Amino acid sequence: MIVENFKNLGAAAIASSVHAGDASPSDMIRASFQRAREIGAGPDALNIFLHSDEGASLEEADRARERLERAPDSGTLAGVPVAIKDNIASLGLPTTCGSRILAGYVSPFEATAVTRLRANGALIVAKTNMDEFAMGSSTENSAYGPTRNPHDVRCVPGGSSGGSAAAVAAGITPIALGSETGGSVRQPAAFCGVVGVKPTYGRVSRYGLVAFASSLDQIGVLGRTVDDAALALEAIAGFDRLDSTSSDAKVPIYRLSALGGTAPDPQSPDNEAIRLGRSPVPLPPPPGATTLRGVIIGKPKEYFPDSLDASTRDLCERALDRFRSMGATIRNISLPRSPLAIPVYYILAPAEASSNLARFDGVRYGLRVDPAKGLKAMYEATRSQGFGPEVTRRVLLGTYVLSAGYYDAYYKKAQAVRTLIADDFRSVFASGVHAIFTPTTPTPAFPVGAISDPYEMYLNDIFTVTANLAGVPAISVPIGRVRHLPVGGQIITAHFDEYAMFRVAYALEAGLGAEAHQ
Amino acid sequence: MAVTRQDVLHIAELARLGVDGARADELTKELSAILAHMEVLSQIDTTSVPATAGVGTEGTPLRPDVGESPLMERTLESFAPVMRDGFFIVPRLATHEDSAESGA
Repeated sequence: MIVENFKNLGAAAIASSVHAGDASPSDMIRASFQRAREIGAGPDALNIFLHSDEGASLEEADRARERLERAPDSGTLAGVPVAIKDNIASLGLPTTCGSRILAGYVSPFEATAVTRLRANGALIVAKTNMDEFAMGSSTENSAYGPTRNPHDVRCVPGGSSGGSAAAVAAGITPIALGSETGGSVRQPAAFCGVVGVKPTYGRVSRYGLVAFASSLDQIGVLGRTVDDAALALEAIAGFDRLDSTSSDAKVPIYRLSALGGTAPDPQSPDNEAIRLGRSPVPLPPPPGATTLRGVIIGKPKEYFPDSLDASTRDLCERALDRFRSMGATIRNISLPRSPLAIPVYYILAPAEASSNLARFDGVRYGLRVDPAKGLKAMYEATRSQGFGPEVTRRVLLGTYVLSAGYYDAYYKKAQAVRTLIADDFRSVFASGVHAIFTPTTPTPAFPVGAISDPYEMYLNDIFTVTANLAGVPAISVPIGRVRHLPVGGQIITAHFDEYAMFRVAYALEAGLGAEAHQ
Repeated sequence: MAVTRQDVLHIAELARLGVDGARADELTKELSAILAHMEVLSQIDTTSVPATAGVGTEGTPLRPDVGESPLMERTLESFAPVMRDGFFIVPRLATHEDSAESGA
């Protein structure tokens, strides 16, 4: 069977048709790979996939079909093809982090987030391209070549989860996993015109996510719609004994469709939760895709500087008007220490990376280059040939700021300013603001090769990195286009308030309708 | 503060990264330029501000102090560069090689 219109199907619609017996998991896998071939997901075109095995995915689909025969209503993601960023460990396919140093490495264990996707019926189709060890904002730092933006192949898809964002934007999978340290899900989501979520630090287990900067890293989700992202986050969130930083806070149902509201995706059945036997968590206020009465949305002046791209500013103002028309109050606010976030982040993240990446030494796994001149020479040859230029730069930067004589001036100082940045968010949310709205990025996607200065590239994270430093959740939602390139708007809420984040995101998506992609 | 070429070579050795002469010059300029943007932090008064090392809101939960076997679906031998009799094999320390050579 050929699944009609696969590239436009949401995850809930796919699961619904699989549950109803209208399509099988194998049909969905074949449709996904067919779409990947049509769009050119391979290295000679968009370069989205680093590793895939259609035969193995079809075998997994057969096993999923057998499970469905035993329990027909099981799995909120039954038969849904998903793509996984290549720094998230998966059984069966390699996990290389876009690096030569892990070329061909297949993990002996699997990330909890991937296991939970599979347990919910999802099917893994590919590991996706990324900036090496998630260090970058364009996916140009991959050892396996850059990924191209499906909306304009001359442009980058953003990064570091550029392959996952491109897979969703190209209609290969309705959802994908990415990871965030400073905006690596939301920024590519904005550049590719899809939805990207960074959950609260602790909301999703980091077990099996290859560590970059452990106090900042989080697995996030990308979806074609807000509903896709909500469904995916529900599946992977929650306590995991294998990650001591994961939270045991209860995971609410985020989907409006599951709570009886009206989801913007007309193919999502409203009664899905009832049919799947799940009880909605009673969280006030009652949801509604187009109602924001009583909701206060903060507009921080630091995120709308005079230098902001004029077209991006106009699209943000249109989104704010939609919020007002749905009953929300827009309040001008200030997050005064946000302009310090890039210097803070680019001290703390490289410092943590310099420690985390010490494990890649040619001894236990991955590449070994041995010039037969002793242990130290083996370390140096392995690491200098295994790591690319940006990883080398950041490891050295991190080593410098942690070294004797510079620790207090850089690392300790940055940790203190991080406290001030987090305090800004606490103050705003304590004042009654439910959600903060900002542009996700200062500009739309830029051409491949356009930015060569490292610090100029780092500035791509200027609106996203604060949420990582503060540990709060944030989502990027498409809010329109500049010429043909997508622009994202960002909604940030308080710790563990993904429910409010999704509610405002659903409203924005519904309020903009087709304008979100125009 | 500007990074010197000597600094780069020193931290490269600490990080076990082989950096040749031309690359050391490039990195000296790049790291100095990046760190110049960090100087803004020195103007912020953080005298009584505690450092944030992590943003977990609930602290680190305790679990029973019982060891568990790692959940490995493949053996170490399947991915280690060199193993023998259950041990990772590493090259000799250079100092040992020197001793061996001088003793020979």
